[in-house]
Amino acid sequence: MNVFAEAFAWLFDPANWEGPDGIGARLAFHVVFSLAVVAGATIVALPIGVLIGHTGRGREPAVVVSGALRALPTLGLLTILALAMGLSVLAPYLALVVLAIPSVLAGAYAGVGGVSRTTVDAARAMGMTEGQIVLRVEAPLGLPTVIGGIRSAVLQVVATATLAAYIGGGGLGTYLFSGLKTGNYPMVLGVSMLIIALALVLDGAFALTQRLVVPEGVRVRRGTARLRSRPSRPRAAMG
Amino acid sequence: MIGSQDYYSNEIIAEIYAQALEANDYEVEREFRIGQREVYLPELEAGEIDLFPEYTGNLLQFWEPETEARTSDDVYAALEAAVPEGLRVLDQSEATDQDSYNVTKAFSDEFGVTSLDDLAGVTEPITLGGNAELETRPYGPAGLEETYGVKVGFTAIEDSGGALTVKALVDDQVQMVNIYSADPNIAANDLVTLEDPKGLFLASNVVPLASEKVTDEIAEIINAVSAAMTPADLVAMNDRSVNGQESADDIAADWLAEQDLF
Repeated sequence: MNVFAEAFAWLFDPANWEGPDGIGARLAFHVVFSLAVVAGATIVALPIGVLIGHTGRGREPAVVVSGALRALPTLGLLTILALAMGLSVLAPYLALVVLAIPSVLAGAYAGVGGVSRTTVDAARAMGMTEGQIVLRVEAPLGLPTVIGGIRSAVLQVVATATLAAYIGGGGLGTYLFSGLKTGNYPMVLGVSMLIIALALVLDGAFALTQRLVVPEGVRVRRGTARLRSRPSRPRAAMG
Repeated sequence: MIGSQDYYSNEIIAEIYAQALEANDYEVEREFRIGQREVYLPELEAGEIDLFPEYTGNLLQFWEPETEARTSDDVYAALEAAVPEGLRVLDQSEATDQDSYNVTKAFSDEFGVTSLDDLAGVTEPITLGGNAELETRPYGPAGLEETYGVKVGFTAIEDSGGALTVKALVDDQVQMVNIYSADPNIAANDLVTLEDPKGLFLASNVVPLASEKVTDEIAEIINAVSAAMTPADLVAMNDRSVNGQESADDIAADWLAEQDLF
């Protein structure tokens, strides 16, 4: 228990939070950097995922490619990128974008593709263009699942963004590397708890968003959940 | 039972000890690549491991962080006194593998820097690159300022002086890096290792750390190995491991065959 007490002492010592190398600055960098990574991954993967979900084509290649991307070890990728383009924050950024793409992609095609084809056909029969179908029917109905994909990407990236410190990129990982090498385990534990808390907070925020964006028409009241369909949850949809 | 650090060069030395003993009809068990001092020293003290290649300076600093010893002989003498009950160090080798500060040839030429003493004359800001723990080590930025009056910035690069560290140096993202002195990357990239006239770094010779189970006959064999190993040998063996991707097993066998000790 002693280490826990020391870890909390480290974490709540105001002196550790100050300055450009303090917890505050590194935490801020960590959050901004992680969200920027997920934003980058979303810009790349969302249009592709929506297209796959809407047309129903290319789903298998997408599954294969995102499976392969998931299997890439991020640290290895980071090293190769840093060797190729120098040690800047860009190398960890790209490596983490690659890590985040599969989740966002899967959420997007599962969300859009999971919208009932009957509903889509009805929209088409009413004379909606394909663009209108995507924007007005599939997007709102699939949104909770799409956001679910982004949500799991955020969770992965916040935890893995610690690797940015491997090449001097900064963020909370700096404390991990330095603490592990010098045997400062209270600091390692303290910063780990901080990262966990950060991940939980962000995950909670996304869970809330996910709930709020369920369209009124398909919202399920408590107690009737088993009777009516609801857009599938991201995890189940991604397998 | 012979152990080694999780460091390729250390494993080669451990393998040499192992093969040297086997050549003299001793039975040897290998327990290689077991991490850092915090992990393996307790095992040595508990008698789980009997022989381990170590480095005089770094080992001394582990037990006595405040030590004033700097030269090879002083460090060895202090180390002999610092070793805990039940353990001893055998003879130290001439071969060293220690922290060293390196700059590019271009940087060295431009500012006429060949020693840490010359750094005071460099007009541009210097950023030091190395593992995160370097920032808090006695020979890190604080030590540089205290001993040589040089202020440096710091960037953490966590590959222990490997390819990423060299890349950052060559790209001029950092101007000086910490690389182990027996690392073949220094010569391969035409780097200049700065001299350390005021003893910022502890001399760190290869030294076997042994338990009580290591008899005098065994010690004699290992001492013969240590006596034969030169700094250049160590660099050459590291080079075969890093750039030739050869196994510690082969490298150790070749070196022993060359030395023809037994």
